[in-house]
Amino acid sequence: MIEVHNITKTYKSGADISFQALKGVSFTIEDGEFVAIMGPSGSGKSTLMHILGALDTPTTGKYLLDKKDVSKYSDDELADIRKEKIGFVFQSFNLLPRATVIRNVVLPLVYAGVGEEDRNNRAKDALFAAGLDESHFGHLSNQLSGGQIQRVAIARALVNNPTIILADEPTGNLDTKTGEIVLGTFQRLNEERGRTIVLITHESDVAEHAKRIIYIRDGLITEDRRTHVRRIIKK
Amino acid sequence: MTIFDILHETYSALTSNKVRSGLTILGIVIGISSVITMISIGQGAQTSINASIQSIGSNLILVMPGAQRGPGMNVSAGRGSAKSLTLSDAEAISLEVTDIKAVAPEVTGRYQVTAKGTNTNTQVIGTVSAYPSVRNVEVENGNFFTDQNVKNGDKVAIIGPTTRDDLFGVDADPIGQTIRIKKLDFKVIGVTKSKGGTGFGSSDDMVYVPISTAQRYFSGDAYVSTISIAGNDATVGTSIQQQVTDLLILRHKVTALTMDFNVMNQADIVATASSVTGIFTILLASVAGISLIVGGIGIMNMMLTTVTERTREIGLRKAIGAKQRDISIQFLVEAVMLTFFGGFVGVVLGWTASYLVTYFGLLQTTVSISSILLAFGVSAGIGIIFGYYPARRAAKMNPIEALRYE
Repeated sequence: MIEVHNITKTYKSGADISFQALKGVSFTIEDGEFVAIMGPSGSGKSTLMHILGALDTPTTGKYLLDKKDVSKYSDDELADIRKEKIGFVFQSFNLLPRATVIRNVVLPLVYAGVGEEDRNNRAKDALFAAGLDESHFGHLSNQLSGGQIQRVAIARALVNNPTIILADEPTGNLDTKTGEIVLGTFQRLNEERGRTIVLITHESDVAEHAKRIIYIRDGLITEDRRTHVRRIIKK
Repeated sequence: MTIFDILHETYSALTSNKVRSGLTILGIVIGISSVITMISIGQGAQTSINASIQSIGSNLILVMPGAQRGPGMNVSAGRGSAKSLTLSDAEAISLEVTDIKAVAPEVTGRYQVTAKGTNTNTQVIGTVSAYPSVRNVEVENGNFFTDQNVKNGDKVAIIGPTTRDDLFGVDADPIGQTIRIKKLDFKVIGVTKSKGGTGFGSSDDMVYVPISTAQRYFSGDAYVSTISIAGNDATVGTSIQQQVTDLLILRHKVTALTMDFNVMNQADIVATASSVTGIFTILLASVAGISLIVGGIGIMNMMLTTVTERTREIGLRKAIGAKQRDISIQFLVEAVMLTFFGGFVGVVLGWTASYLVTYFGLLQTTVSISSILLAFGVSAGIGIIFGYYPARRAAKMNPIEALRYE
């Protein structure tokens, strides 16, 4: 569960020049939700994602992840939180080009200190869950299509059973059709496996795939609502 | 992260750009192999020089005419330039100085030596029967002359193997043959064993005759050019040196400042030669060491490039839970792996080079275990020193900025 209480974030560039990216944001995301955080560029949604993903800490306010206040954690403590509770899916995929599909998915488990045998089984499960065929497991990322790459990245985000999966513009580098497939994968993971998913996007048709949309603009939440007409991708 | 995981990551990172890794390693290979080769050549030179000093005798003290010049010993000071030592000096030394095994005075000169139409110019040494035991000369064929030969002034000669080859042909038997020195016939009664002499003039190209004969027919006076003394063991050198000096000062009626002779201890010569070759080795090794540092800078350069290139990878690793330590260890191990592998190839190459130096007979070189361990230690150390800064830089990266890096 995610609880955000009146978070602000101020960036300082120089002695008296500062920029407030978040101006007091509060919301709660329960386990099993599928939330889209939507806003135009410069709205502060990336900053919010960095804080939710424990990549950064808020200037003021509280961020409770599974009832634990992580807003004052050090770099290494944040690394532990990311390792245990967060799975990232990036716009630009960020697979290691020289490693095989399975090795890419195993990587979070390597840092988590999971044993050799367990790793491969869990990585395979995650890849199946993300909808990737076993024949691709030994391939390098340059042998895969964009949609397949993003599903490997989703499997990597799933593999350590995180509290939330944070997807930052996951369809941004994909064509519409492939994007739909990837969004369908998120929906399935949410429906069938009860995964908590937070989708960051600036496109409203992408956001419409979620169950709930949080609109953010100029560092403030302008709207927080259930999806009117939810777009469901059939398998 | 287990060691196996780190090695797996390192292997895949280094093999993904083989040419660059190879070129970087080359710097270390050249550095390490030249250090190994230079040290082995230096030590080989030291061993060879010490061996040739040892081959002139063991526990040897040499008394030569001429004043001692300056502080310390000058190896060829005044040899033959003054006549001050006599046979009776040698006799006095053997009677009065303690802890000595044998005393051998000698008269040396270079003459033309002929035999049946062949001739050679060689060193002729007039000495006594104790000479072989003092100067480690062994007779391979025939005998050395006796005290009786010296007393009688017989015209007998023992020749070195090189002289034999020059006068009678390779491996001929010259025993009983006649050689002519200064128009006098000498009967060859022995051939010395080869010492394979280098350095200090080959002791294989010599003719030995009784000292009485040499003084009467060659030098024409009663002086000797060197008195060689063999001590009982390695510890008595300094004491003998002192006793001989005191005795000869008394006999020659001179003072310590006006000495007309010069007493040298073999141990001092060995020490001097060792310190010279030691400096020589350090000089060679430090020149090679500079190339090692250049190689290390190459490693640092490559690691910095790699870190920049892999900024996004670092960002990703941090996003999925890698701590600063995990990142810095990964890059440090990469650097150490490069230098260690370079060190290994360098040792093999250096070993081969010094083997070739030996093989082509330039110098008898030895590669010591200590220089190999030193090379490995230094190369791993270079990996750590020159890999530390890039690794630190990678570890300190901000994950957000690293993920955004284009």
